[in-house]
Amino acid sequence: MNKYVERLYNGVIKENPTFVLMLGMCPTLAVTSSAINGLGMGLSTLVVLVFSNLLISLFRKVIPNGVRMPAYIVIVASLVTVVQFLMQAYLPSLSKALGVYIPLIVVNCIILGRAESYASKNGPIESIFDGIGMGLGFTMGLTIIGLIREILGAGTFFGLPFLSAIKGFTPITIFIMAPGAFLVLAFLVAGMNIIRKKMEAKGKPLAEPAGCLSGDCAHCGQSALCTGKSAGASDQEQA
Amino acid sequence: MSTLAELVLIAVGSAIVNNVVLSQFLGICPFLGVSKKTETAAGMGGAVIFVITISSFITGLIYKFILANPFLVKKGIDLTYLKTIVFILVIAALVQFVEMFLKKSMPSLYQSLGVYLPLITTNCAVLGVALNCVTYDYNLLEGVVYGFSTAFGFFIAIVLMAGIREKIEYNDIPKTFRGTAIVLITACLMSIAFMGFSGMI
Repeated sequence: MNKYVERLYNGVIKENPTFVLMLGMCPTLAVTSSAINGLGMGLSTLVVLVFSNLLISLFRKVIPNGVRMPAYIVIVASLVTVVQFLMQAYLPSLSKALGVYIPLIVVNCIILGRAESYASKNGPIESIFDGIGMGLGFTMGLTIIGLIREILGAGTFFGLPFLSAIKGFTPITIFIMAPGAFLVLAFLVAGMNIIRKKMEAKGKPLAEPAGCLSGDCAHCGQSALCTGKSAGASDQEQA
Repeated sequence: MSTLAELVLIAVGSAIVNNVVLSQFLGICPFLGVSKKTETAAGMGGAVIFVITISSFITGLIYKFILANPFLVKKGIDLTYLKTIVFILVIAALVQFVEMFLKKSMPSLYQSLGVYLPLITTNCAVLGVALNCVTYDYNLLEGVVYGFSTAFGFFIAIVLMAGIREKIEYNDIPKTFRGTAIVLITACLMSIAFMGFSGMI
């Protein structure tokens, strides 16, 4: 397979950030009250991710190892500010709906995670495709969760009447409120547990969840982002 | 100046009614990741209270006196657009500084909070509080009260969750729901319970 197509496949299916790696859970829960919001958040993350991957990959030989995290954060925060102003100018209603979660893309672990684990080690073109793949995977995840919540909670499909067109249909409003987000994600995780088991039986195990949902900071591949140390390093320091 | 009534309203509103985890979804990562035992959850909650209270004060100072300085704004220099970049860097530096300071001068407090401090840099609740203070146009005192009570809301949520998770250990849960899934279901029920407070304000 072409290495660029492989990057896209990796981001969308094999290491899908929402369903397989379970990264970026704060925006996943917060903005998926409708499919449009999920799509908007996913696409803004995609734009930031593509450009941050590109810039970090271009500068990877210039940035000293010791200050790489602050350097990445400055790059990502600048891009997020640009995206935020573009949205305020051209998509004011979406920008209002997403609110504080747009600037919070800065601390989305997908972006710093890809910077640390991919863009800082690979060339710019591959990094762009990695960003597109991961971004599309994240957009897909958010849109699907948003769609489920919107159909059940409001009876609409991307804002158009869907189930609500049926006479006597009462939407389960709790699904577009805060508890619904936790509930949908819980069933999603349970569903992924079944798929995970089936794939393991087939001999093709899925990638393990990488983020905080695994609840194991010591062995988390991303712990360098939170602690500035690589996995396992803190144990040695204490000893 | 803000009256005491306003401050109490901000405190109750952000700690209980609009709970940072259960209704605003900030700080989900530590909420799910570090809530296995009550002691560690309380340690994490304490560290978050400590950092958010200090950071909301510092970021408030920087915003009022540097970024949105009336003298500079009058001269046509409006730096408020830099707030996301400045806040995240200040928070990252602050966390490092607090860690070093505690290690040196308060070893006993460092023993209990130290492990959790570095994890807080990427906790979106800290940046979220700093940005919300600007959005809601809070003054310094209101900002600090808002920061402290938001973090206290986080403390309540994570300690409650840890208490429930300790009990869940002994329950017979369907195999597919073991682990994260049942924790999310618990979070859903807690969130429904906290919705009951929404009539208070």
